[in-house]
Amino acid sequence: MSDSKKVRFVLTRFDPDQDQVPKTQEYEIPVRPDWKILDALNYIKDEVDPTLSHRWSCRMAVCGSCGMMVNGEPRLTCSTPLSDYGDVVEIAPLANFPVVRDLVVELEGFMDKFKAVKPWILRAKEKAVEEGTHRQTPDELHAFKQFSMCINCMLCYAACPVVMNSPEFLGPAAIALGHRYNMDSRDEGSRERNEVFRGEGTVFECSYANECTEVCPKGVDPAAAVNQAKLNAVVDWATSFVVPRGGGK
Amino acid sequence: MVEVFRHDLVIVGGGGAGLRAAIAAVEADPKASVALVSKVYPMRSHTVSAEGGAAAVAREDDSLEMHFKDTVKGSDFLADQDVVDYFVEEAPKELTRLEHWGCPWSRDEDGRVSVRAFGGMTTKRTWYAADKVGFHMLHSLFQHSMRYDRIVRYDEQFVTKLLVDDGVVRGVVALDVREGVVKVYLGRAVILTTGGAGKCFPFTTNGNIKTGDGMALAYRAGVGLKDMEFVQYHPTGLPGTGILITEASRGEGGYVVNGEGERFLVTRDYGVGQKAELGPRDMISRAIMLEVQAGRGIKGPYGEYVHLDLRHLGEAKINERLPFVRLLAKTYAGVDPVFEPIPIRPVVHYMMGGVDTDIDGATSLPGLYAAGETACVSLNGANRLGSNSLTECLVFGARAGIHALRHAAASGAGNESRLAEMGAAEQARIDSLRGRKRGAEKIAQIRREMQESMERGCGVYREQPSMQETVRDLDRIKKRFADVSLEDTSKVFNTELTAALELENMLDVAEAVAIAAAGRRESRGAHACRDFTTRNDQEFLHHSVMFLEGGVPRLDRKPVTITRFQPEERKY
Repeated sequence: MSDSKKVRFVLTRFDPDQDQVPKTQEYEIPVRPDWKILDALNYIKDEVDPTLSHRWSCRMAVCGSCGMMVNGEPRLTCSTPLSDYGDVVEIAPLANFPVVRDLVVELEGFMDKFKAVKPWILRAKEKAVEEGTHRQTPDELHAFKQFSMCINCMLCYAACPVVMNSPEFLGPAAIALGHRYNMDSRDEGSRERNEVFRGEGTVFECSYANECTEVCPKGVDPAAAVNQAKLNAVVDWATSFVVPRGGGK
Repeated sequence: MVEVFRHDLVIVGGGGAGLRAAIAAVEADPKASVALVSKVYPMRSHTVSAEGGAAAVAREDDSLEMHFKDTVKGSDFLADQDVVDYFVEEAPKELTRLEHWGCPWSRDEDGRVSVRAFGGMTTKRTWYAADKVGFHMLHSLFQHSMRYDRIVRYDEQFVTKLLVDDGVVRGVVALDVREGVVKVYLGRAVILTTGGAGKCFPFTTNGNIKTGDGMALAYRAGVGLKDMEFVQYHPTGLPGTGILITEASRGEGGYVVNGEGERFLVTRDYGVGQKAELGPRDMISRAIMLEVQAGRGIKGPYGEYVHLDLRHLGEAKINERLPFVRLLAKTYAGVDPVFEPIPIRPVVHYMMGGVDTDIDGATSLPGLYAAGETACVSLNGANRLGSNSLTECLVFGARAGIHALRHAAASGAGNESRLAEMGAAEQARIDSLRGRKRGAEKIAQIRREMQESMERGCGVYREQPSMQETVRDLDRIKKRFADVSLEDTSKVFNTELTAALELENMLDVAEAVAIAAAGRRESRGAHACRDFTTRNDQEFLHHSVMFLEGGVPRLDRKPVTITRFQPEERKY
């Protein structure tokens, strides 16, 4: 790669064993024209500085490990072409998360939010395997399919202005996931999830910034999920006065 | 003091097989407690990357017997037929369960689950959720598992050692990657579900985490690794990255064509007969290699390749059935398959071999179980059929979970102070590895040399001299590994340290692959030798089993279970 182009990478470094606050470190490396941002990080890790820490695995935009801030925007680094950027690229850990080290962020808070929306099929009576599969038409599948495409890459949390100010906000991905189950024709748990959605720090905190949908690499449209969830939570609350509890879905 | 956690069952790995095992255990016993210990968060597990589908008989025109016969024939008669029988019978139940748990399977107009054609399968029996089946299966399992508080997750814990005391497995030691200290997870049974080892090779569909960890753990504890020479090359990977383009592309009608625009699987005799593009993976990968060798490939910056042509399927069908393939081709190959053919070449995809288990997932070491790609329960023999492996994770994950729990219920707790001492010794070993200064050897360099040697010796086509050379290379490379210097002295999220541990695992697994390969002087399934071109049932109708004894590998063998389908010529 001797005659190839060089790019300067400005990486955020932070080692809690040694540093009080994050710092930056620069690496100028030769790059290939077909590289993604992640290829450059892996080159630095393997050939220049083995002390760099970052998460990655599938390198095909489906495991959700490698989200980072690239020139200030949340990006999935394995699918972001280096050719979209100039001669200097800044890479930092995802915004709005505590940093564990370098480009690695803390996910524990999110994992709790995830569980809070009860992301599993809730039914009054479980169907037995012997009864076979549920019937679900392509239209019924379509009603929730988009919201089931989330890879938990956390870009939407890094982009969300509400998360920035109130880290406890349930947030786009978790709300979209709860909404996904509410919209599934096999599920009977929307009452329970709507109670969660009517609680503090959930759907009604959303400020309609739409940033989550803009950064989502999978077209999930969490902003639409939040809006629909909001409406459903209100309608469900209103009808709870006319329909006895447990009397409707 | 090393921190100790106590559970009935310790599961290592949080992908399809591990999650299914955990759910099976807590559903079987409402009091059971399960530790799910994984080096990544479960949703990052490599199951997520599977694309095309999961096989199980679903239609009137199909039968368990047909699925059985397809699988045994696909295995080139090296599958254990009792295992295949159990598998085909459980498969529809497992996929139905997953449907009940929310998996968004694609549907026919009447609301039934859709099935598609796959290589080596006589009729349509592959269930799918567009072309992100592994992703949806993994997330459905993971989300379903969250309803059980008794499945306790320990994320980003890298298991480095099995705790074996008095000949019985009592738990594991893991490096907490975030804290840099080891922790002891005690369980009265342990299940290994860590997936494959594709990263032993330079060019693979596998994610970075597929480093054969569970295989190496078992191997070092004296358990055999079975049928390791059988490495599946998927015919359709993107040149350069090795990113998988699913077999469903062919299941939905895609063509494989050479540089002259010829559908060589139709026009020439590569043994796939009328199946053409729907032949089994081993045969199609060989056909592509032979086409390239005959000068009918296409030259590119990452070597020669052929084309996968989907254009005749039309945009609507591609968008409905293969949207991920379209996205992958556009993002990683710069071609839109609606308008252009996709460049493809064979790529390391799957290990047929693994930890030797019986039909219950039990290994020869009391208390140790394995399931999924990590294991070799002998469902796949010498060549796996596409879409059998996702179902395998469910069928044998569940069975291993239940049987491991039974073992746990009948087993004592072990001597905790001795086990904690072993944990402390492991802490000392890890501490001495972290940031250690030795010679001039670098991890990335050693890893690259191992991978390149594996490609030379254990590729699609093999021969004795190059296999022997790879065996010698690996011996040398292992010695050099002892001279590696590490630069990162930090405890927190030290990925240089984990990379060193992973490389150590891969070196053991790679060596087992190469030695087993050199020992099989015949061609069977994915093991194709230029110097022994035919199958030799007289001498080699048996499983290979590799053992590590005092650090020295030894090749052994084991009989194949044949119940009713006698070996015959494998021709389609």
